[in-house]
Amino acid sequence: MPRSDRPPLHHTLRAVPTAALAAVAAGGVLGSLARYALQLAFPSRPDAFDLATFLANVLGGVCIGALMAVLTETTRHPLLRPFLGIGILGGFTTFSTYVVGVARALDAGEAALAFGYGLATVAAALAAVAAAFYATRLLLRRRRGGAA
Amino acid sequence: MTLLLIAAGAAVGAPARFLTDLVLAHYAGRRLPWGTLAVNVVASGLAVFLAFAVADPRLTALLATGLCGALSTYSTFSYETLWLVEEGRWRDAALNVAANLVGGAAAGLVGFALARLLA
Repeated sequence: MPRSDRPPLHHTLRAVPTAALAAVAAGGVLGSLARYALQLAFPSRPDAFDLATFLANVLGGVCIGALMAVLTETTRHPLLRPFLGIGILGGFTTFSTYVVGVARALDAGEAALAFGYGLATVAAALAAVAAAFYATRLLLRRRRGGAA
Repeated sequence: MTLLLIAAGAAVGAPARFLTDLVLAHYAGRRLPWGTLAVNVVASGLAVFLAFAVADPRLTALLATGLCGALSTYSTFSYETLWLVEEGRWRDAALNVAANLVGGAAAGLVGFALARLLA
């Protein structure tokens, strides 16, 4: 959909603070290394449920839900979302390893495992983000209401 | 060494996801989370290809665990789905989940087929 009032792309990109890009990169490295540590603790097998990736994606859902409730209810440092949300949690969670887990299970002839793992991850991650978001928002609003 | 390779891949993957989101939002707007869908589909295809075509653990650490792992995201995908629900757009939320799952699976199938062709 062409829009004449849209500025050129390089204006949009030049407006990105270098600090935000650095925060995303640094957070992405830390989150990915934490995910790797989890994979070392719970090694995956093609014919078994990939617990490490499941835990990373569900825990990451809890954290992003709580973080976004804090960021939408209060005013925080502008680098907090790039570092914690886009960087650390984006790097900690992974969609690609999730799809690889489904593919490996299918390749190993474990169709039930593939679909079970696929559905369990998406259901648990969505439930985690919703529960953490609403619980944190409720807490923040109660505390603010009590203080006012 | 493995840690450095993962870190190097992630140091590229995470900013690439951030910039892809900005570029797609620039052209398509922020009504639907196109950026996350794009990186998840691309990273899933590449990761499945690597999983079935590459045996070198160094390449796996750099490209699969590091690059694809940080390029793709489950947390942002989940939160953006919740955000669509919060906006009362249940249909778009369901479409977002379906698009990521179907897109990731389709890209994975392409990656798998390419890996088998090259093997």
